[in-house]
Amino acid sequence: MMRIGVIAIQGNVSEHVDALRRALAERGADADIVTIKHSGIVPTCDGLVLPGGESTTLGRLMVREGIADEIRGAAGRGVPILGTCAGLILLASEGDVQVKKTHQHLLCLMDTKVNRNAFGRQRESFEAQLEVDVLDSPYNAVFIRAPAIVECGDDVKVLARIGDLVVAAEQGNVLALAFHPELTDDMRLHQYFLDRVFGRQDESC
Amino acid sequence: MELEKLRHGTDLIKRGFARMQKGGVIMDVTTPEQAKIAEEAGAVAVMALHAVPADIRKAGGVARMADPEITAAIIETVTIPVMAKARIGHFVEAEILQALGADMVDESEVLTPADNLYHIDKTKFTVPFVCGARNLGEALRRINEGAAMIRTKGEAGTGDVSEAVRHMKQIMGEIRELAGKTKEELIMVARDIEAPIELVMETAEMQRLPVVNFAAGGIATPADAALMMRLGADGVFVGSGIFKAENPEKMAAAIVEAVNNFDKPEVLAEISKGIGAGMKGISIDTIPEEAALQTRGW
Repeated sequence: MMRIGVIAIQGNVSEHVDALRRALAERGADADIVTIKHSGIVPTCDGLVLPGGESTTLGRLMVREGIADEIRGAAGRGVPILGTCAGLILLASEGDVQVKKTHQHLLCLMDTKVNRNAFGRQRESFEAQLEVDVLDSPYNAVFIRAPAIVECGDDVKVLARIGDLVVAAEQGNVLALAFHPELTDDMRLHQYFLDRVFGRQDESC
Repeated sequence: MELEKLRHGTDLIKRGFARMQKGGVIMDVTTPEQAKIAEEAGAVAVMALHAVPADIRKAGGVARMADPEITAAIIETVTIPVMAKARIGHFVEAEILQALGADMVDESEVLTPADNLYHIDKTKFTVPFVCGARNLGEALRRINEGAAMIRTKGEAGTGDVSEAVRHMKQIMGEIRELAGKTKEELIMVARDIEAPIELVMETAEMQRLPVVNFAAGGIATPADAALMMRLGADGVFVGSGIFKAENPEKMAAAIVEAVNNFDKPEVLAEISKGIGAGMKGISIDTIPEEAALQTRGW
């Protein structure tokens, strides 16, 4: 059976687990969903989710627990990865002043530069109907102290923008969203991620 | 995308913010320097206040919202969310904190209440609120007023974890008791605990509070933090426990690691070594009833 790991150090973990279960039920598929707090499990996964939370906390503990290197290894093997909110920061290769001053650990899995709180503080957090390239109708996106991609390399495909800021993008097997698809009932973006997880299995067969 | 189409301050955004804190440690700080230490240690947020609860308790007098200059300086210093305390019922202090850019307001019994009848109508704010509770009824009343996060009250500033344990077990036990009850029985419970029936039904069905539930009030060591996580807390607030400890940097980092390893005694043993003494504290038995902070609010 396919195995999908949700990095469970801190943040929106149970929401992602629930969302994956709903998405799997929708497509009539089955997969083992595991939460990951310590090293040793990431290498056994066919798909990985980096949930939202506080990027400074997540980065520190991922290194301390030895998970960061394992995620890099999995990415190198082509395992599909979904990062939301703080996950988008962790996947990036460069951060703004805010990211730098906390000595934030970055996984450098996307050729992107990110702003930690691109839209402001919590009072500026928002919901909006967002046009996403791979979806045929707008998606109700929830942005909470959200980051954004401010620069990206040629290999990065932009999927959604708000003004000049990139809020959804993909590079190879890595997908980054600045918002929280796990907080709403619309499973389309989790399905998009699962398409890659299951599609990869079909290819290898 | 037109900016006027952005919706701010919805329940989803407020409760979603609280959910991002899950599995994390929120630390009380009184200066930008302390906030920096907390951030370095891996805190998910800091709570700005003018003095830690242990000092508030010692000083007596009226405890109010922190000096906005200090709160602003803390906001300026760290990249993690900054929460700040307002007095119970003092909606203007809360408005000031929102204007300063605080990411969450704690309507807190640690400060002297400004209204002895009413809590703040939290639905009117764009920023989310966290409120203390000792039992399910109190928690659901606060949620009904718009709180996006609940924490146990415990007994702040004591370093004695027993009241936080009592409140967490009380809330969890009351939620378990709702399981399997019929609608008419739930209506009876709602009347008994003075909470809205809709929230009682939602809690019964989900078998948890409709919002994130943290532990607070007396947590002083990595073991205390792990204990509260074992009892079902979604995360912990540490007040005086960090900056009244012998070595705040080490204590802060150790408590963060303890929350991530709360179910691993061998790891907790390592984490708890060589971090210096915890805050001295005062046993709950020696505090006269009128000096208890947890009885503020209702």
